[in-house]
Amino acid sequence: MAKKESTLKNMVICLLTITVVASAALAGVYNMTKEPIAAAANQKKIDAIHQVIPDFDRLKRIAYLPPDGKDSVILYYGYKNDSLVGVAVETYSERGFSGHIGLMVGFKADGTINSIEVLEQKETPGLGTKMTEPAFKDQFKGLDISKLPNEQPKVKKDQGTIEAITAATISSRAFCDAVQRAYQAKKRGDEK
Amino acid sequence: MNQWSNFTKGFIKESPTFALILGMCPTLGVSSAAINGLGMGLATTFVLAMSNLFISALKDFIPDKVRIPAFIVVIASFVTMVDLVMAAYVPALHKTLGIFIPLIVVNCIVLGRAEAFASRNSVISSLIDGLGMGLGFTFALIMLGCIREALGNGSVFGYKFINPTSNGILIFVLAPGAFITLGFLIAFINRFRKTS
Amino acid sequence: MEYILIIVSAIIVNNVVLTQFLGICPFLGVSNKLSTAIGMSGAVVFVMTLATIVTFLVHHYILIPLQIAFLQTIAYILVIAALVQMVEIILKKISPSLYQALGIFLPLITTNCAVLGVALLVIQKNYNLMESVVYTIATALGFGLALIIFSGLREQIELNQVPKGMKGAPIALVTAGLLSLAFMGFSGIVK
Repeated sequence: MAKKESTLKNMVICLLTITVVASAALAGVYNMTKEPIAAAANQKKIDAIHQVIPDFDRLKRIAYLPPDGKDSVILYYGYKNDSLVGVAVETYSERGFSGHIGLMVGFKADGTINSIEVLEQKETPGLGTKMTEPAFKDQFKGLDISKLPNEQPKVKKDQGTIEAITAATISSRAFCDAVQRAYQAKKRGDEK
Repeated sequence: MNQWSNFTKGFIKESPTFALILGMCPTLGVSSAAINGLGMGLATTFVLAMSNLFISALKDFIPDKVRIPAFIVVIASFVTMVDLVMAAYVPALHKTLGIFIPLIVVNCIVLGRAEAFASRNSVISSLIDGLGMGLGFTFALIMLGCIREALGNGSVFGYKFINPTSNGILIFVLAPGAFITLGFLIAFINRFRKTS
Repeated sequence: MEYILIIVSAIIVNNVVLTQFLGICPFLGVSNKLSTAIGMSGAVVFVMTLATIVTFLVHHYILIPLQIAFLQTIAYILVIAALVQMVEIILKKISPSLYQALGIFLPLITTNCAVLGVALLVIQKNYNLMESVVYTIATALGFGLALIIFSGLREQIELNQVPKGMKGAPIALVTAGLLSLAFMGFSGIVK
């Protein structure tokens, strides 16, 4: 079995064929997985919205670009029988220990925080990942941010009221940053 | 060699992690929790097995001078496939493994086996070599992951065996712990290898 | 000011090797002599920066407009492989001595996960071209810093009595771990 000679023609044909076949195969896989990927991303958000605000039958979606941020914060106003039951805010912070964290913050109709779900984070397992546990995030339940100094939730180290996760101050601070961003966006959204 | 030893060599004797010291980046990067190690290992095994298979099948059609780029395209295609499939069906794990999934394409194990084995051996042998090396790699990742997770978080595969609110020895789930644990693990396994 | 933040963060706070685990293979493989470490670092800075710029342009002006972003991995690695080939050819012509010194490590830059990793990261972090370049150069300098410090340490270790089982990779890894631990001290700098 002789190996193909390394003539220019053979080399080009070989590489071209392999690349074309590979790209075609990948295009196929991409088309197959496109929908599940989009659905998976969406499903998580819808589930999170249901978890953080009371029962609703209609959602109104507003996008808001914060002055200091690169991405939009998305507000989901939930209505049941045409009366506002709560606002779910899809917010984020880039200040996590490993970068981006995404939260879904639920505000009740009276403006206090109902509940928070963590959408995405890549924090250190056993440390920053504890932000998903009730022990940390339930501290925000019932919080009325309008009553906090500077309207900013802060960890105890920064003269605030939130008990940070042990050895994960940066993650805890990022969490507060995201919550604050959500509150600011909601304030703007309410004005509209 | 017979196919059985071809398959099992990847676990201890020619373990990519402990003997060949290849694929260090993902080994250190995803071993902070056992489940991450398992996911990464299986993804890499798929890429290894499939690319070994295809490269061995195509070895007579690839001119020598372009073999590295050709191997790279084949490997990169399977990596992309794994990336897409994981994003679609196991999105949480996909997010956690993050950048290390596309980095499988530069995992020295994959290109190394393509060059050293698949390009010179039969299709069946190459497939088995890929599976063996990949599963051996997975085995090493799980071992490292279990140790780091158990010591650093008091849990194994997410199941916590110490008091739920207390922490383990944190350093083990952080960067320094990865290096140190792997270093000692290699030394320990080397002892075992030398005497076997 | 943004740039200072990116630079400090990339070099010492989130050091590419000691914190992000990219570029370990050359880190362990090249670091036993200080002179090769310096040569390798220079080559990596050069290739990484060039690679990031080209892949950035490919991503934004070819892959996205044509909606073939799923071919990112293939496109990137081919670009990197081609660049390394070109650098090899150019280096052979203009500085044969450096080419000889680097030897096999030059083609190995292709499989350096740090190069591909950084190219992917700047897209993930949504940096613009200028920020990407700054980040890449800073990251490559961080790689060089870690590599040079580490090779200095390793040269010292060579002169000491290391238990037989720990020789080679194990003691190198443990040392890297201690170095990583030292760098962790920087983690409070950027808020």
